[in-house]
Amino acid sequence: MDDPKKLAEFQEKIDADIKIEPRDWMPEKYRQNLIRQISQHAHSEIIGMQPEKNWLTRAPSIRAKKILMAKIQDEAGHGLYLYCAAETLGVSREQVLNLLHEGKAKYSSVFNYPAITWADMGAIGWLVDGAAIVNQVSLQGTSYGPYSRAMVKICMEESFHQRQGYEVVVSLAKGTPEQKQMAQDALNRWWWPSVMMFGPHDAESAHSNQSLKWKIKRESNDELRQRFIDKTIHQGEILGLTFPDPDLKWNESTGHYDYGKIDWDEFWNVVKGNGPGNKQRLNHNIAAHEDGQWVREAAIAYADKINSKTKTA
Amino acid sequence: MSEDNQGILWEVFLQPKPGRPFKHVGSLHAYDKKMAMTSARDLYTRRGEGKGIWLVKSQDIVSSHPEDGEAFFDPSNDKVYRHPTFYSIPDGVKHI
Repeated sequence: MDDPKKLAEFQEKIDADIKIEPRDWMPEKYRQNLIRQISQHAHSEIIGMQPEKNWLTRAPSIRAKKILMAKIQDEAGHGLYLYCAAETLGVSREQVLNLLHEGKAKYSSVFNYPAITWADMGAIGWLVDGAAIVNQVSLQGTSYGPYSRAMVKICMEESFHQRQGYEVVVSLAKGTPEQKQMAQDALNRWWWPSVMMFGPHDAESAHSNQSLKWKIKRESNDELRQRFIDKTIHQGEILGLTFPDPDLKWNESTGHYDYGKIDWDEFWNVVKGNGPGNKQRLNHNIAAHEDGQWVREAAIAYADKINSKTKTA
Repeated sequence: MSEDNQGILWEVFLQPKPGRPFKHVGSLHAYDKKMAMTSARDLYTRRGEGKGIWLVKSQDIVSSHPEDGEAFFDPSNDKVYRHPTFYSIPDGVKHI
């Protein structure tokens, strides 16, 4: 049990918006919550490269290939910033990766859906990155210093991701009827998974209250989800696309869009590992890790050789 | 699963342009100096954020302890005469 006096001082710091740094005292639950959230966030960036990698060789132009490559490289970087932020809490990189490979750590469920057409690259950038940005902009204000700093850097880099995705959707929506249909089909498939990215409704969210009190999260799942919906609808409508939600309607009195019922059975089914791509995504990540074993061994051997040379010189 | 080794933790400092101070921007894992430098470039300067990189092994960093922060920095608290605003200058005196 945490010392009540220290706990009170900790809460005072949080309430005064003073960031917590790695060597500051913190409640064990705060530490564990952050390790879980930051590593889950890091895994999402890393697993999130997979649906895009699928299109690297088939993107329709050199320009599109270069952009996609740059985006994937950013995502690898974001995963690495976040792994480092998690490590400042006393967990090792090896442990964090093991938890993912053993299926004990989660990543964003949205990456378990397949990217089957080029339009999906547009929808992922526009909607999935768009939703991620809403969440990440809010997390810039998180109470844990290293996490907050990583978020600031990530947000700066992510802003091109959403625009490039939207550009793909724009060019398809303004193309032939078949191309426009492709864009519509991608929107139909990616809309609900993107809306679900914010997690369960506030009333059902297991970690939310404590996370908000400690300012690990600054806004609730439903607040962030509403913000994403409000800013996205216009971007689709201007292209003549429709959203797959018959209950979606502007509400003059609230100043927000009302939206239909979310299929939480599907959400939990994918979270529990039964989505279309869970097995494939995780197996691919494990295989990439194991295939890299010889590289790590060679790098260690090389480093040892260099070190022994400098010592004898 | 075989035993994993993700390398040494390094801290990365960037100089945004010549003449500016180096600032901590984050960390990375690498097995040796050369690899750390290439990774630092790829990870932290993809958009021209830096013109200079310093790398320090995390284990070599010496830092103050947050818990004795107040006592440790205490000597500077009662020396207001170290600040220019401590001194009174007659009205009308310029360029000082």
